Amino acid sequence: MSVLQLNFLLATLVAIVLGAGLALGETPLTFVQFAEAFRDPASGPHDVLFAIRLPRTVAALVVGGALGLAGAVMQGLLRNPLADPGVLGVAGGAGLGAATAIALGFGAVAGAVEIAALAAALVAGAVLTVLASRFREPETLILFGVALSAFLGALTSLVFNMAPSPVTLAEVFAWLLGSVANRDWFDIARQIPALLVGGGLCIYSARGLSILTLGEEAAALSGLPMRRLRGAAVAGASLLTGASVAMAGIVGFIGLAAPHLVRAAVGGDPARILLPSALAGALLLASADIAARIIPTDIELKLGVVTALFGAPLFAIIAWRAARNWRA
Amino acid sequence: MTVRLRLARATVTREDMTVLSNATLTVSAGEIVGVVGANGAGKTTMLRAAVGLAQLVGGTVELSGADVRRLSDARRATLAAYLPQERRVGWNMSAWRIAALGALDAPPAQSRMRAYAALARVGLAGLEERGVLEMSGGERARVLLARLLTSDAPLLVADEPAAGLDPDAQLLALELFRDEAHRGAAVVITLHDLNLAVRFCDRLVVLAGGAVIADAPPVEALSPGVLATAFRLNGALQAGPHGFMLAADRMEDGA
Repeated sequence: MSVLQLNFLLATLVAIVLGAGLALGETPLTFVQFAEAFRDPASGPHDVLFAIRLPRTVAALVVGGALGLAGAVMQGLLRNPLADPGVLGVAGGAGLGAATAIALGFGAVAGAVEIAALAAALVAGAVLTVLASRFREPETLILFGVALSAFLGALTSLVFNMAPSPVTLAEVFAWLLGSVANRDWFDIARQIPALLVGGGLCIYSARGLSILTLGEEAAALSGLPMRRLRGAAVAGASLLTGASVAMAGIVGFIGLAAPHLVRAAVGGDPARILLPSALAGALLLASADIAARIIPTDIELKLGVVTALFGAPLFAIIAWRAARNWRA
Repeated sequence: MTVRLRLARATVTREDMTVLSNATLTVSAGEIVGVVGANGAGKTTMLRAAVGLAQLVGGTVELSGADVRRLSDARRATLAAYLPQERRVGWNMSAWRIAALGALDAPPAQSRMRAYAALARVGLAGLEERGVLEMSGGERARVLLARLLTSDAPLLVADEPAAGLDPDAQLLALELFRDEAHRGAAVVITLHDLNLAVRFCDRLVVLAGGAVIADAPPVEALSPGVLATAFRLNGALQAGPHGFMLAADRMEDGA
């Protein structure tokens, strides 16, 4: 399958999931109600479809796409199939920012939690960018990222620890579990600038990612402005991650899994994998969100829980296969 | 002859140790210079310094007359192409896509054409679409060599281009470098096999302890004294039906 055919297939599946995201939900709609939703903008079914389900599904697609792209860029940059924004601490930074904002009582201020998440992700990204320019070896950056991630996780635990009330604690916790429920168009629109800039930086960094497959020294002599491309990759992935966490809380494993699903078909080139990874990420997260909606539980499952339940075993399988390749 | 590479009293230190000391080397268009020496003698450092990867604490390096430290990344890539010792490939890209990475500045169709041609030269015609991680180590080394040949830089710098290749492929690799030199490229390579070095190089630079102790045509450079100092070998090059060959024994400890 060519990359073009793969992208077409994924885009078709994304369109199908978008349709399913409209059709499926907690409140089953009859054919008559669907017809009404499209005919009468003042009707209840219209609200269910276009004010609840559509923005929710679009948010899942956008967040999934951003995380898939960010994961593909991180993996390419670090030449490591286990890298993703979660592993490197960017998602942890965003989570800490949001948790702090909620604990300080800004939960009710429109956009405050989102801005805190994005800002903290950018700080974590900036730390990684500085480290990436100082230490070129991918292994070093991964080790720093893991340390950063652990430290930010500890700070988030500290926020839990110091939470003034059980209500705040529950609020922080619910947010960190990740969800796209009740997202409206404004929630999505607020993140568009960060997503566009982040996506642009990732695309700009693509040609640097291809040559990095041969290692730092070959890349340094390739004629490409590697320092700038490396910075763009880290900054772009951080922006995408920050905007995703700002929109949907912490949703793990999408950045890790999406590139792996398409890598074999694309043939490994880290530049050519970016678009398919974004599409696969969108597909995965929107599917997970539909699953969270329709799995019959008393309390709706959180998106982060669903992706982690499926993602963690996948992570293990990837590690298993990667280890076999490294030995080869 | 146009000078493509000039190291003048180049000195590189690593953690307070001098790993390249006052090294001087000139490589002109059309010649193959081999850098030889024992493990840890500074061969890789010399090559890294030549392409601007190792930072100098003293001396200068010029590529086609331009100070390597003042060159932009893009300009440097037009003056020198480099095959690092590191042979690890991160992802399972197809052979031709790896080879095409040597011609990033060319339009896609042209870089693909050049990659296919280079793969044919290293004996991998027909394997262009094969993923490099599905290849043997030797085949992968040839793909990386093809990437170097895809470049049209006037100076080719290759660290251990014969390492990991079977004898037939080693000869092929060195014949390719000789072809490149005949076409007017300047070539600098490090080699472990002294017989190959004597056979294919126009000049040998012998390093010991980070210093250049000989820089001359092979037979002159590998004098018994140099063999003893640089390699702890007792012996000499001897003329035979296939040119000069090394006949030497290991020196006894304490000799």
